[in-house]
Amino acid sequence: MEMLLNPLVLLVNFILIPGLAYGSQLALGALGVTMVYAVLNFSNFSHGEIMSFGAMVTILATYWLQSIGLSISPLPTALLALPLGILGSISLCLLLDRLVFRFYRQQRAGSVTYLIVSIGVMFVIGGLIRFIIGPDDRNFNDGDRFLLKAREFKEMSGLSEGLAIKSSQAITVITAFIVVAAIFWFLNRTRTGKSMRAYADNQDLALLSGINPDRVVRITWVITAGLAAVAGTLYGLDKSYKPLVYLHLVLPIFAAAIVGGVGNPLGAIVGGFVIAFSELLLTFAYKKVAAYLFGEGFFGDGLLQILSTDYKFAVSFMILVVVLLVKPTGIFSGKSL
Amino acid sequence: MTFMTGENMVGGYGSANILNGCSICVDLGEIAVVVGPNGAGKSTAMKAIFGMLNLRGGKISIGGEDITALAPFERVNKGMAFVPQTHNVFTSMTVEENLEMGAFINTSPIAGIMEPIYELFPVLKEKRHQCAGELSGGQRQQVAVGRALMTEPKLLMLDEPTAGVSPIVMDELFDRIIEVARTGIAVLLVEQNAKQALAIADQGFVLVQGENRYTDSGTALLRNADVRKAFLGG
Repeated sequence: MEMLLNPLVLLVNFILIPGLAYGSQLALGALGVTMVYAVLNFSNFSHGEIMSFGAMVTILATYWLQSIGLSISPLPTALLALPLGILGSISLCLLLDRLVFRFYRQQRAGSVTYLIVSIGVMFVIGGLIRFIIGPDDRNFNDGDRFLLKAREFKEMSGLSEGLAIKSSQAITVITAFIVVAAIFWFLNRTRTGKSMRAYADNQDLALLSGINPDRVVRITWVITAGLAAVAGTLYGLDKSYKPLVYLHLVLPIFAAAIVGGVGNPLGAIVGGFVIAFSELLLTFAYKKVAAYLFGEGFFGDGLLQILSTDYKFAVSFMILVVVLLVKPTGIFSGKSL
Repeated sequence: MTFMTGENMVGGYGSANILNGCSICVDLGEIAVVVGPNGAGKSTAMKAIFGMLNLRGGKISIGGEDITALAPFERVNKGMAFVPQTHNVFTSMTVEENLEMGAFINTSPIAGIMEPIYELFPVLKEKRHQCAGELSGGQRQQVAVGRALMTEPKLLMLDEPTAGVSPIVMDELFDRIIEVARTGIAVLLVEQNAKQALAIADQGFVLVQGENRYTDSGTALLRNADVRKAFLGG
């Protein structure tokens, strides 16, 4: 029995739990990308930096809250600061739309123009962030580190493999679940949400129905910015905040949105988990699992790792290429890019 | 004084004009039909009246109020509703959601407006939880007209509602359109099936190259030998 339980715990500990947390972060990010694509019709490459900006404001607000001695221990103070981060990224997005994107919308710019514009915006926000908070790594998670410690689990179960659940992982999954549920409720049950879907489905007809396009655009930015701030903060809490990392995150996020079917909210969520688990499954060293199942050294001395962790971004690339070749509309048949 | 008038409209998509000073008007409770050969500017005239095309000349008024400068969604508030020829339903949304979106500007309870529309198009009530994209062509047209009626318009504009539907469905749609006009709504119709459309028209406009060629009551146009020979196939 232990021969099976130990490798199972190993997989849960190193793949299932981190995958759920990372997948939730990607899903939230991809949801934002997909909303902008559905409503505003462009691929927003600055989304990663918007996440970073939201996380940055949250961190600054966290420092401020810590300085006045406010805390919700054992939960991280960042959760209390998150609403300010959301407000920060919402202001940023509305300002960007006013200054940049609205112009191109009025010009009815093509998708390639938009893409380049959003890359420009990405660099500007990235620069702004480095001006404000600097390029360094920051750990702002001041809550309890673990919900379940590996040693406690070992003592509890008597197994030789430990199972650890970081509190940031639990917070990530729970928050993502609440946010996603709220978004789906909003899109399917409220008049405003339905008007957003209608506008994404058929802009001209939405105009004919008296739906105010400016309002739809504004609400889309508010939701996207909110999602970005939450995703950015959760990622930072889980891994630590470093501006450069968010630049790299754009790739798996877009891969997630495209795999699920860009423009389709459900697809973004499924895509997020597909990408997260593929990354972890392909870069995990199965040596120890094999040792439990088949005995030490059965497969020789190798790590039994399909790809080095250095190549984890290549996984998103590979999935992206395969999806674009085989099913360009994605799993849930969103709009074709 | 007619309820809606578009006078001497001049305009087009690029630099060339498609409309060269045509005029179209319709009164409450009446059906006005615009017919003409391909490229005569029928659909363009409809778009111009609804504000989806910038006019270089002319004036559009509704109930005596000049609305030439208003954006399309603002015209909806003035009691205008438009059913485009294609892409006229939200395909990813259910029939009921389509109707609900039609009533977007209406703050009064939706059920009260929806019921008469389900009475007009009983098949929509049956299929109300189905996606509009899964319906047949004729049913889609019903959804499209239903969506437009949800705004409780005073003027309903239809761009070739019978394009691509079977003759039986076409007759039924025309019957429904007459019923709509009887409730006191002004109906403006662009049609390829000119004969059938003129037969139900109180007022008919024959457009050629963006200008009015003939303007008369529907029956008079049907009797007019020139019109018959040139536009109605003898």
